[in-house]
Amino acid sequence: MSARLIVAALVDPAACGAFSARQWTALLTAARAERLLGTLALRLDGMAVPADVAPILADARLDARRERRQALWEADRAVAALAPVGIVPVLLKGSAFAAAGMLAGQGRAIGDLDILVPRDRLDDAEAALRAAGWEWVKPDPYDDAYYRRWMHELPPLIHAGRDRMIDVHHTILPLTARRRPDAAAMLADAVSLGTGAAVPRIDDMLCHAAAHLLADGDMAGGLRNLWDIHCLIVEHGGAAGFWPALAARAARHQLGAPVRRAVRLAHRLFGTAAPADWLRGGMLDGPFAARLFCREGWGLEARPVLRLGFYLRSHLLRMPPAMLARHLWTKWRKDHRPAG
Amino acid sequence: MRHAIGLAVGPATFRVGSAWRAPIDQLRRLYAGYPAVDPDRQVPDFTVRLQPARPWRRFVRPSIFIGGDHWLAEAAPMALAHGLLAAEMGMNLQMALGWRRHLLLHAASVERDGRAIVLTGESGSGKSTLAAQLGERGWRLMGDEFALLDLANGMVHPFPRLVSLKNRSIDVVTADLPPGRLGPRLDGTAKGSIRHLVPAPDAIARMREPAMPALLLFPRFGFAAARRIVEPGEAFVRLTEASTNYVALGEAGFGALTRFVTRVPALALDYPDGDAAIAAVEALWAGMA
Repeated sequence: MSARLIVAALVDPAACGAFSARQWTALLTAARAERLLGTLALRLDGMAVPADVAPILADARLDARRERRQALWEADRAVAALAPVGIVPVLLKGSAFAAAGMLAGQGRAIGDLDILVPRDRLDDAEAALRAAGWEWVKPDPYDDAYYRRWMHELPPLIHAGRDRMIDVHHTILPLTARRRPDAAAMLADAVSLGTGAAVPRIDDMLCHAAAHLLADGDMAGGLRNLWDIHCLIVEHGGAAGFWPALAARAARHQLGAPVRRAVRLAHRLFGTAAPADWLRGGMLDGPFAARLFCREGWGLEARPVLRLGFYLRSHLLRMPPAMLARHLWTKWRKDHRPAG
Repeated sequence: MRHAIGLAVGPATFRVGSAWRAPIDQLRRLYAGYPAVDPDRQVPDFTVRLQPARPWRRFVRPSIFIGGDHWLAEAAPMALAHGLLAAEMGMNLQMALGWRRHLLLHAASVERDGRAIVLTGESGSGKSTLAAQLGERGWRLMGDEFALLDLANGMVHPFPRLVSLKNRSIDVVTADLPPGRLGPRLDGTAKGSIRHLVPAPDAIARMREPAMPALLLFPRFGFAAARRIVEPGEAFVRLTEASTNYVALGEAGFGALTRFVTRVPALALDYPDGDAAIAAVEALWAGMA
C-alpha cells in the first residue's frame, strides 16, 4: 500500500532519494488523499528531488501557507466575535497547532475552525457568532435537533462573507458515546496565547487527537491524526513528568485505552519514542495499523471489508445499538421520501 | 486503475486512470499528437480517476464518478458513453482547483505574430467557438478553456486541450474538418451535445510557447454588432470572477492581474454570428498593427 511510502517519507525524508518515478507518483497522490501533502512538502523542503516533483511540492507549500494564514485569520475573527460576551475560545486541532507554533502545525492541512467553549455558554457563543455573520448550514430540523441533543458541538456554522466553517464544541466526543471526557478540566487548564484565544494543554491535545482517531469515526484520514500525535510527543515527550501526567489526564477523560493505543500505533508506524511500559500489549493493534495503510497509489482506499468493519465500529462507538437503529431509520426515511 | 494514460497539455501533466477501457482508448486516439507522459520516467502533476460511482456500477448500468487529486463530492455521475467528456472534465477540474503556477483565467486565447488575444466570458458567450474558428483561419489556438497568466512576466501560456464544441457550434466548426481530428459526438450530456476537436498541429507543437497579451475581449454571441471599451477596473473585477485560483495565489495573483488589466486594452464585443465575430476580430487586429 502506498500509505507505507507516506510513512517512510515522513519518518526519513532521505529515503525518498531512492524512489522511482512510479513511487513518487504514488507517494504524492496518496499523501494528497490523506491530506498530508503539505506536511510532506515541508518535511522535504530543501532536499534534492526530481525536477518534476519539485514544483508539485512547492505548490503544496504555497497552499499550506495560505491555509495557515486563513486558519489564523478565522481564529482571530472568532476571538473578536466572542470577546463582547466574555468567551475566550479554546482552539482545537490544526488551528491550535498553527496558532501555538507547534511542530504538528507545519504544513498541516486545516479545514474548519474548531473551538471549545463552556457548555453553559453555548447559547451566548451561538448568538455572538450569528451576530458576527456566521449562518446555519443544516437547515433540516431533525439534523439540527440531533446536533443540539446528542452531539459534542453545535450544528456547523458558515461565515456568510468568508465561506469558512466553524465547529463550536462543548466537549470532544458525542454525548451518545460511552466515554465522557472532562471538558470542564480542558477549559479550566487551557493555556492562553495572549491573543484572546487559548489552546489545550499538551496532554489534553494528545487525548483529543487520540479520541478523534480511535474513539470517534471510522479512521478515514487517520494517518494525519497519528502524525499529529507523533509530532506532539516528539516535541514534548521528553519533558519531566510528561508520561505520568499523560496517563493521569487520559484516565480523567476516560480515554486511557485510546491514548495508549495511539501511542503504540505512533511508535509502530513512525518510531515515536515512548517509555517501555507504554508500548506493552497491543495484541489487537494490527487491524488498526492495517486500516491506516489502506490508501493506494491512485489515491483510493483498498481493503473494503476492513474499512466496512471500522465503519460499523464507528457507529457502535458513537451510540448504543437501539439508538443507532432509530437514527438510521429516521435518516433513511428522509433520504427516500418522494420528491415534492 | 485498470486502464491508464499519461499526457501533457501546455505546462501541465496528467495521468488519467479508468475502470473501463473505452475512455482511455478515445483519449489515446485524440491525444496522439501530444507529448506522452511515461510513468516510468515522469511524475505527473495531477491524477484523474474515472471510477465506478458504486462498486457494482462498473458492470451494471456503468456510471462514472470523476475522482482525482481534486474532486467535487456533489458532481453528478456520468454515463460510460460520456467517458471522454468525464476525462476532460476531470482534467479541467484539476487545473481549476489545483493549478498554482500561473493565474488561471477561464478564457480562450489565440496568437498571431507573437501576440495574443484573450477571450473571456461566461459559458455560452461563444468564446470557445470563436477561438476554434480563429484557430482554423491563420491564428494559433492557445486554448479554448484556460489562459494561464504568467505571475512573473505577464505572458499568456497556452493550454490547448481538446476543444469542447457544443450544440450548434459543432456543425459550424467541424464542417470542413477531417474525422481524425474529431471525437465521437456525445448527445444528451448536461450541456446538450458535445463533440471534441483536436487543435490544429501547430497549436499542439507550440503548446509550451507563451505569447504577450495584446487584447482582451469580452465576446457575447447573439446580439447586434457592438463594441464598448472596458475600463481596467471593470476588467479586473470580471477577471477575478473568471479565475479559479486568484484567491489561492494571494498577492502574486493580484499583482499579475493588475499588470494585465493596466497593460492590455479591453473591449466588449457583441456579435450576431460567427462570421461577424471573425471579421470584427480581424478588423480590430488590423487596427492595432
